[in-house]
Amino acid sequence: MSELTLTIIRLGFLAVLWLFVITAVSVMRSDLFGRRVAPRPSGKKAAAAPTAKNARPVKEAKPPKPAKGKRGVPSSLVVTQGALSGTTVRLAESAVTLGRSQDSTIVLDDDYVSSRHARVFPRDGQWFVEDLGSTNGTYLDRTKVSGAMPVKIGMPIRIGKTVVELRK
Amino acid sequence: MNAAARLRNPRNVELGMLVFSLVIAMAAYASVGLAHDGQLPAGMVGYGAGLGVLFLAAHLTLRRFARDADPVLLPSVTLINGLGLAIIHRLDLAAADRATRLGIDAPSAAAPPQLTWTAVGVILFVVVLVGVRDHRVLQRFTYTAMLAGLGLLLLPLVPGIGTTINGARIWIRVAGFSFQPGELAKICLLVFFAGYLVVKRDVLALASRRVAGVDLPRARDLGPILVAWAASLAVLVFERDLGTSLLFFGVFVALLYVATERLSWLLIGLGLFASGSFVAWSLFSHVQDRVDIWLHAFAPDNVGDSSYQLVQGLFGMGTGGILGKGLGQGRPDIVPYANTDFIIAAVGEELGLTGLMALLVIYGIIVQRGLRTSIAVRDAFGKLLAAGLAFSLALQVFVVVGGVTRLIPLTGLTMPFLSYGGSSLVSNWVLIALLLRISDAARRPAPTPSASLQDARTQVVRL
Repeated sequence: MSELTLTIIRLGFLAVLWLFVITAVSVMRSDLFGRRVAPRPSGKKAAAAPTAKNARPVKEAKPPKPAKGKRGVPSSLVVTQGALSGTTVRLAESAVTLGRSQDSTIVLDDDYVSSRHARVFPRDGQWFVEDLGSTNGTYLDRTKVSGAMPVKIGMPIRIGKTVVELRK
Repeated sequence: MNAAARLRNPRNVELGMLVFSLVIAMAAYASVGLAHDGQLPAGMVGYGAGLGVLFLAAHLTLRRFARDADPVLLPSVTLINGLGLAIIHRLDLAAADRATRLGIDAPSAAAPPQLTWTAVGVILFVVVLVGVRDHRVLQRFTYTAMLAGLGLLLLPLVPGIGTTINGARIWIRVAGFSFQPGELAKICLLVFFAGYLVVKRDVLALASRRVAGVDLPRARDLGPILVAWAASLAVLVFERDLGTSLLFFGVFVALLYVATERLSWLLIGLGLFASGSFVAWSLFSHVQDRVDIWLHAFAPDNVGDSSYQLVQGLFGMGTGGILGKGLGQGRPDIVPYANTDFIIAAVGEELGLTGLMALLVIYGIIVQRGLRTSIAVRDAFGKLLAAGLAFSLALQVFVVVGGVTRLIPLTGLTMPFLSYGGSSLVSNWVLIALLLRISDAARRPAPTPSASLQDARTQVVRL
């Protein structure tokens, strides 16, 4: 091996090492400065947005088909609004509890939520929601929950600022 | 899926960077061979294929079980691991040369076992990602993790299986394998710290008295930090392991700060650290030795004796200079334990300041991704755990590099993923698996709410 070749290899290796660093940093840039988010099609707000001043045509993602009324066994509980939005809990045989206390399945850090607020549980293949005597109440779709009420897939359950729903 | 969306898929980005990191690892291996023998190493294709299969397995696991996890973490880790393998191999070659020169038997090579440990690490990485589908499950094992962590930490003290190597009693030897249980204890204790502080942080943050502009906690709330302090001092006294002791206490104080946002905990922690260090220094000869080596490294009495390793490491890095001697062309083998504690000196000599900086930036990237995950994840336990995992890596890198460059006294920790050592490598792969699991939860896009909700009216009463 000649001296020259070895020097070229040596410097080349350092250059490649730094190229890796630069690549990693450029990947990270996207979440330092945020990435462009396509507007979410959600009811009135989204319907108004494209007409407002969005000159650039935005290719909209197809809105997910509403799961309303579809029969089937839900497999997860999804938080769709509130501080925890995006959290999913896999449903098994056992009940899911929601509230401010640390032993709840979903711990909600929200002043409008009681420490043991509500419970979602299965019975005979059907999921029910039950209010556990909370101060501000639990709402299933638009009705206040009293006793155990059956929950269908996609029906929003409101607890304080948080909304959860069952998903297939 | 259109082209742009496919490009933005984190897993595709990751695959691209993974190939890149594999290429760099192979280039390092090849240039060691070229410099040493003047030709490409013989087993290169097999080695590259093996390493590729391992890293691809890790990648495919992420694709299947953690789709939204961070794309930069895995390639960064594989790069460091691959580079470490090449440098350890290079030090093996130097040791073999020396043995032939002196006409003695060559010491057993360190690179093949390190490769085996890499495989074990990746397998555990896969097991953790498949087994732990949701990091919140770990919160249920808060106190189990504490027991497991303390048990592992104390295991080397058990007579019969614990062994003392180089003055530190941190090894266990079972069936011919030696292992440092303290490395796994680190992860267990992190789970415990996170789980414990999530529950207790309100008490620790809110009950306080204000003295001279600083919120001081009540005396009875000092319990946990005193226990952590005493435990890390116990590690120092009975196992004579400076590094683990420092790491353990530092991570606890950092998590306490993250959980409570109270500056007073940092001040109390620093105060306890200072007093603990002083007591340890005045009572124990092995701590005094370390401080003496650090302060008087170039004293004539020390240079050929106690500080030989440190000074040779410094000379090595000085020889490397800005651009380094080139892989396989320096003499990093002069430094004792060049492939574990002093691997940074070997990198500094052969890759120079430029290479060392690149390596440190990559560690910085890993830590940044961890802290970023901690900010982004929604649940409090995940936040604390991710912050703890990331900070423990950062502290470990600081302690090792600081020790080798004589910024702080030497403590004898390993460089994560780079140094030779199975226990460290394996537990760091587990650590990264947990970090990726949390990162998957943090980066998962929020589901769209059902349309019917928009008109919903509820009345909210605040009491």
